Amino acid sequence: MAAKAAGEKLSKKEILLSAWRRIARNWGLYLLLLPAVALLFMFTYIPMYGIQIAFKDFTPKAGIEGSPWVGFEHFQTFFNSFQVKSLFTNTISLSLYSLIAGFPFPIFLALAMNQIRVKRFKQTLQVATYLPHFISTVVMVGMLLVWLSPSSGLYGNLAKLFGIQEPPNILGMAGAFQSIYVWSDVWQHAGWDSIIYIAALAAVDPSLYEAATVDGAGKWQKIKYIDIPFLLPTAVILLIMRAGNIMNVGFEKVYLMQNPLNTMVSEIIATYVYKIGIISNQYSLSAAVGLFNNVINFVLLLLVNQASKKMGETSLF
Amino acid sequence: MASLGSIKRQVTWNDLIFNIILYGISIVILLIVIYPLYFIIIASFSNPTEVANGKVWFVPSQFTVDGYKEIMRHSELWTGYRNTIVYTVLGTVIGLAVNIPAAYALSRRDLVGRKLITFYFIFTMFFNGGLIPTYFTIRDFGLYDTFWVMVLPFSVAVYHIIIARTFFDSSLPQGILDAAQIDGCGNLRFFFQIALPLSKAVLAVIALYTAVSQWNAYFNALVYIRNEDLKPLQLVIRNILITNQAMAGTGDGLAAQEARRLSELMKYAVIIISTVPIMCVYPFVQKYFSQGVMIGAIKG
Repeated sequence: MAAKAAGEKLSKKEILLSAWRRIARNWGLYLLLLPAVALLFMFTYIPMYGIQIAFKDFTPKAGIEGSPWVGFEHFQTFFNSFQVKSLFTNTISLSLYSLIAGFPFPIFLALAMNQIRVKRFKQTLQVATYLPHFISTVVMVGMLLVWLSPSSGLYGNLAKLFGIQEPPNILGMAGAFQSIYVWSDVWQHAGWDSIIYIAALAAVDPSLYEAATVDGAGKWQKIKYIDIPFLLPTAVILLIMRAGNIMNVGFEKVYLMQNPLNTMVSEIIATYVYKIGIISNQYSLSAAVGLFNNVINFVLLLLVNQASKKMGETSLF
Repeated sequence: MASLGSIKRQVTWNDLIFNIILYGISIVILLIVIYPLYFIIIASFSNPTEVANGKVWFVPSQFTVDGYKEIMRHSELWTGYRNTIVYTVLGTVIGLAVNIPAAYALSRRDLVGRKLITFYFIFTMFFNGGLIPTYFTIRDFGLYDTFWVMVLPFSVAVYHIIIARTFFDSSLPQGILDAAQIDGCGNLRFFFQIALPLSKAVLAVIALYTAVSQWNAYFNALVYIRNEDLKPLQLVIRNILITNQAMAGTGDGLAAQEARRLSELMKYAVIIISTVPIMCVYPFVQKYFSQGVMIGAIKG
């Protein structure tokens, strides 16, 4: 027994030694990692240490360490504020709307492109639907303002074409904000998002289609029984990833689309954090709201990942 | 035999309907995507009054280049343009220099601590310090309102690392590395002289991603840049396209009307000159997309 224990000890030591030797031999790899690791440490991990200002009365003068602790005071302030309910409602509803509306289109587009046999037309369609993805958020919102202007835009002109002389200003309608946001996103990104499905479809074994043809299957049946089942795993992974990010609505587009007429539906957590933090200098409150959102998001992601692990083999980590 | 023939006829009949619907929908999609963009182009060359009166549908009406002439006079636009070009080029170089080597190292199975280091990267995709703590970190490092804040601190892109790592993992045969190591080739030399030249596809794709996001970047500049001389294009055109929307509408009289007309026209021109350059990059990189890079994205 004693000899065996000693043997184990020795082998552990040996393992350590050989690990050290492998590290030393591969020093070049660690050098290659160094810039990324260092930058991530400085600008992502150090800020995590700064999260404590959410529990302090932070002033830049006193610094992170010098500021006094106040516990959950800022969280209480936030939860007692009149805005808290609408912030959550706005964030979650906008996110769910995007998720539901944005999810099927790329799949649909990929299935359609996969069927087009005229090569020229297929290429044109592909390039055309990818292009809007390269438009910046600022330009996208600028174009929305131009298109949807009731007096001079496409929307106004179309309305006049149908005899409506004074179409409602949908840019100023709170009720239209979410739809404009979501559908312009679909317009901009559905083509690009379909790439991943097109790549997946390219991997379908052609003999499956041949066998289906021999069995008398038409194009509808081939899509239904071959293409769609084949896309399902990819679709599930992407859905999981997006569902785990429900609290993370992008700041940029919402902020740019905000105007005094729609803030009651367009104020989301990200824009609120920016406004109270960077514009009104309520640093600790802003950090608390941001942290709260971040934690919910993190927990959500773990839950979703766990659920998908149970359902099958597809999980993120 | 007769029944087989009728089945066959039915199948082709169904497929015909299928094709009509398929091409019909595809053409509608194509129009929905292209026409609004085309409208911006023709509107930028048209008299704004004609646009407002609904006269511009297929070709410019009362052709003019006044909008483009007007943007020539806005010097802040050209400062922004110059800054964005510098940020994009430098940001892409730094992005590649930081992310690609890390991705290669992480793709090596003999890297001791590979799992832990991978976790160190992946974790930041799901959790971070948040806006305010990051803001003060940037200030503490003295990067606030400097040129470098636009290209250095946020250059690590974990998503790009994952794509490149998967690419290295699946397309560099282990045999090459073994042979090179037997010949006494070190890791650094192997990376620079063998791995990189074999990985042009993934370099091109990551460079495209980085360049597009740099060109379109807006949030970091909004938070960290105050100096007018450092502002990127997106921040400048935001003022022209969105913030000043209301301002042009004030005042009456001919001069005010003319100003309003020009500002309307200028918007179309600004949209075009700020978007065309980055769209031009895409066709050069498109051919690399087929080379297994997107598959890497799925697996990652």
